[in-house]
Amino acid sequence: MYKKIKVYGVPTCPFCKMAKEFFKGKGFDFEDLDVSVNQDLAKEMIKKSGQMSVPVIEIDGEIIIGFDKKKIEALIRS
Amino acid sequence: MKKIYDLVIIGAGPAGITAAVYSARKKMDPLVITKDIGGQASLSGDIQNYTGYQFITGPELAIKFEEHMRKFNFEIKENEEVKELISKKGTFLVKTDNDNYQAKTVIVASGKRSRELGVTGEREFRNKGLTYCATCDGPLFAGRDVAVIGGGNSALDAALQLTKIANKIYVINITDNLTGDGIMREKIRADDKVSIFNNSRVKEILGDSFVQAIKIEEDKEEKMLDVQGIFVEIGLIPNSDFASYLEKNERKEIIVNQRNETNIPGIFAAGDVTNVPEKQIIIAAGEGAKAVLSAFRYLSTRK
Repeated sequence: MYKKIKVYGVPTCPFCKMAKEFFKGKGFDFEDLDVSVNQDLAKEMIKKSGQMSVPVIEIDGEIIIGFDKKKIEALIRS
Repeated sequence: MKKIYDLVIIGAGPAGITAAVYSARKKMDPLVITKDIGGQASLSGDIQNYTGYQFITGPELAIKFEEHMRKFNFEIKENEEVKELISKKGTFLVKTDNDNYQAKTVIVASGKRSRELGVTGEREFRNKGLTYCATCDGPLFAGRDVAVIGGGNSALDAALQLTKIANKIYVINITDNLTGDGIMREKIRADDKVSIFNNSRVKEILGDSFVQAIKIEEDKEEKMLDVQGIFVEIGLIPNSDFASYLEKNERKEIIVNQRNETNIPGIFAAGDVTNVPEKQIIIAAGEGAKAVLSAFRYLSTRK
């Protein structure tokens, strides 16, 4: 089933890489958003998640803070 | 009657995963209980000293470890935290935040975590400006004023990373001089963006929804610094609290001998949670292998 997935992250962050590898491994397409080069994206991420750590993952409008595998799996299965 | 495992491994960093792989090959039927996979290795930047990889990043190595572990079909309980380890008539009881497990042998490989400041505002502003991972969250503070807490290598490394990103960097150091490597100390002192506060301790973190300021005490004088980011880099502490019956040193590291045996026969420990000299990925992995071989020997003499 199609899911709209966004990964807000920075290139140096370990859990951002893990999250992206996770989606690639499962064959899901996602938008790879680098908040270190785009301040507007950073603001958007902080506004949506109410906090400042990366990664922030958005799946069909639902926000997940951090690489929380359980929550991600629940959302991509639903 | 609940199943009794040959071996329960607590933790899935380099030590725990290596132990799991070795034990699966020995047909020991292990159970791995862990909060996360990869441990501190997954937080490392560039790794150039893990044999076989001339260059690999921490997350990539952690993914390789995980793939290797999942090749076997033993049980892995992820996102589960061990709360208590109890010795019980020749077997061991592992209590987690979710369930209880029984085992004939246990390997504690729970690693270390970032030390906290223990000041007002720290919990409240965690991930709201306050972070323990400069590599992760540093880039979000472009053009901002930030404070780095600590004076050792990890603090100086964080401060140097931030000189490329942030506007002003305050280094808050509790001793009378920075203690990190000479090359980094020189670079930090030469950088106009950096101000160093020695003999200084953090008193409080302040803000509304996000961090706005930090209160410090420098030579008994209180100062308020306006910052939007705070990077805590004051070292690591072992995840050993649940193992209250095991002997530990003054740093709370579990004391093991050359065979990774603890003071309780049947419980072994490996990696950064122990008093092994040098905390390195490759050393932790080797220790995990040693611990399993000892556990295997222990089981075979008791059958």
